[in-house]
Amino acid sequence: MTPPAERRSLTPEEYLQAQASPEFQELRRRFRRFAFPMTVAFLAWYLLYVLLSTYAPDFMATPVFGNVNLGLLLGLAQFVTTFAITHLYVWHADRRTDPIADEMRERLEHHEYAAGHRHGGSSMTEGAPRA
Amino acid sequence: MPDLLAADSATIGNPIINISIFGVFVLITLVITFRASRTNKSAADYYAAGRNISGTQNGLAIAGDYLSAASFLGIAGAIALYGYDGFLYSIGFLVAWLVALLLVAELMRNTARFTMADVLAFRMRQGPVRTAAAISTLAVSLFYLLAQMAGAGGLVTLLLGVTGEAAQALVVVLVGALMIIYVLVGGMRGTTYVQIIKASLLIAGALVMTLWVLAKFGFNLSALLGGAAANAQPGVDVLAPGAQYGATDTSKLDFVSLGLALVLGTAGLPHVLMRFYTVPTAKDARRSVVWAIWLIGIFYLFSLVIGYGAGALVGPEAILGAPGAVNAAAPLLAFELGGTVLLGIIAGVAFATILAVVAGLTITASASFAHDVYASVIKKGNVPPNGEVRIARITAVVIGAISIGLGILALQAGLNIAFLVALAFAVAASANLPTILYTLFWKRFTTQGALWSMYGGLIACIGLIIFSPVVSGAETSMFPDVDFAWFPLNNPGLVSIPLSFFLGWLGTVLSKERPDEAKWAELEVRALTGIGAEKAVQH
Repeated sequence: MTPPAERRSLTPEEYLQAQASPEFQELRRRFRRFAFPMTVAFLAWYLLYVLLSTYAPDFMATPVFGNVNLGLLLGLAQFVTTFAITHLYVWHADRRTDPIADEMRERLEHHEYAAGHRHGGSSMTEGAPRA
Repeated sequence: MPDLLAADSATIGNPIINISIFGVFVLITLVITFRASRTNKSAADYYAAGRNISGTQNGLAIAGDYLSAASFLGIAGAIALYGYDGFLYSIGFLVAWLVALLLVAELMRNTARFTMADVLAFRMRQGPVRTAAAISTLAVSLFYLLAQMAGAGGLVTLLLGVTGEAAQALVVVLVGALMIIYVLVGGMRGTTYVQIIKASLLIAGALVMTLWVLAKFGFNLSALLGGAAANAQPGVDVLAPGAQYGATDTSKLDFVSLGLALVLGTAGLPHVLMRFYTVPTAKDARRSVVWAIWLIGIFYLFSLVIGYGAGALVGPEAILGAPGAVNAAAPLLAFELGGTVLLGIIAGVAFATILAVVAGLTITASASFAHDVYASVIKKGNVPPNGEVRIARITAVVIGAISIGLGILALQAGLNIAFLVALAFAVAASANLPTILYTLFWKRFTTQGALWSMYGGLIACIGLIIFSPVVSGAETSMFPDVDFAWFPLNNPGLVSIPLSFFLGWLGTVLSKERPDEAKWAELEVRALTGIGAEKAVQH
């Protein structure tokens, strides 16, 4: 029994072809350009907060209003930035990476990256706008 | 009966109410677990709940897994006694989720089947990498399990009026037995439902207490802080940093080390990673982390109010005088606010917390042994259908028994719960995270790099702990009478995490092995596009 072509698993060549394709390069570029700098940024902001709390306690104890001081406000700001980065990431993924990933997955399922496959030029560029 | 009287005076609230509420929780979750077991057929059902859990449900279950007794009782207590320094813990625990969201969750969902090792061994030599990953999974799970079991025993003294070593040991056995039932019968699906119920109860309970405390202070945060500051121990400023960690240069460095371990540990915790495999697609994994971040973040904001509320309304002397000391802050506050009924509810929730977290850890550890060590390394993949799940079930019983035994020992040795959890985070950040990131993002990474990083991180982390003041040489050590400590910090993260990243790089550049180009292409394309990802089971 031969499984139908659609269900055949992908060959190593297809993966290599897909990886080398311009749309995949674009997908990886978009993913990394968001995820890497953002990770550096939130880790730096968190470490700055930990270091300030540890080595500049007087600065963090500066009163702002009533009994609320700068350290507490900066701590609450960590919560705010965490929630904000979460939603920035979701927004970025929905608009910038998911469309390319979805289209590539569709094409991989139809073995459009196999050697000798002639795609009809149907969906080559739709999901991967040249930003 | 003098014994009984002694027990009564050491208890707050009414043990009968506490036990009844906990009993109701156990009964409901057992029924749900048995119902869930009807659809457990394949390995994907047992390990990954058939990948049919929705993103929202999984978000709740992640929160249920993550908000352990240490976060609930420990953080509230730390804030009540030390204020600001306790708050720093919760920030590390929360920010850590961004590492999981941005770099790990979706890519792991797309490339793994059941365990962390599925990804780490993907483009490496299977046997050695799987073995290393299984060892570090077991190490992290065991430290975490120990903390929960010891916590269960301690909590019982306070809430159920059970005193004496034998009675506490009996409670640990009971918790262990219940957890084994959840895992054996319900598998991942049953465990997931237990987590969801527990997370909902915990967050609802915390919300009630938060609103109640705020209402007492006219919904004025500044007034609440003032109340806590007025009631604080002499010489402790609960509003400013440094009350707990500001004493010396070493303690300051120790806090930075802890902060690093907390923020990098989460994304390497195997029981958290395994939760990502229970959803149908990577998008659901993303959705579940977003839910988890909101739920966990809001819960930590609640615990800020609960902690300062306990400081203001109960006071440090009463907390430190109660059995369970710092961990008693939240239950004492519940008693102060709502009497025996609210205390009973909070106590029941705290038990449920321990039970659920312990079940999640056990299924992760047993999956790792059965899937990575037994099926892949020992049997080289030649296992009959369901043979692997049978081994996983046996392993779950063995791990349950081991953790019962170690839990009793930890309880009697008086091990600090928060320290054990922080150690689990440090091991996860040192042994797992560097290899996960290198595997997903560095083409050149090799088997030797993975092994150096995992074993190096694990050995450095545990080794430094053994030679730290935690184990010997200080009044609060496990062995206060001997002194073989030469490493000054309690938490090894500051040294062991960078070391593990360095060893991963060094092992790779020194190895003669060429990276497998085809496997790298497959991993990268699968991770980013989701092609070939494991599908949900259709029933």
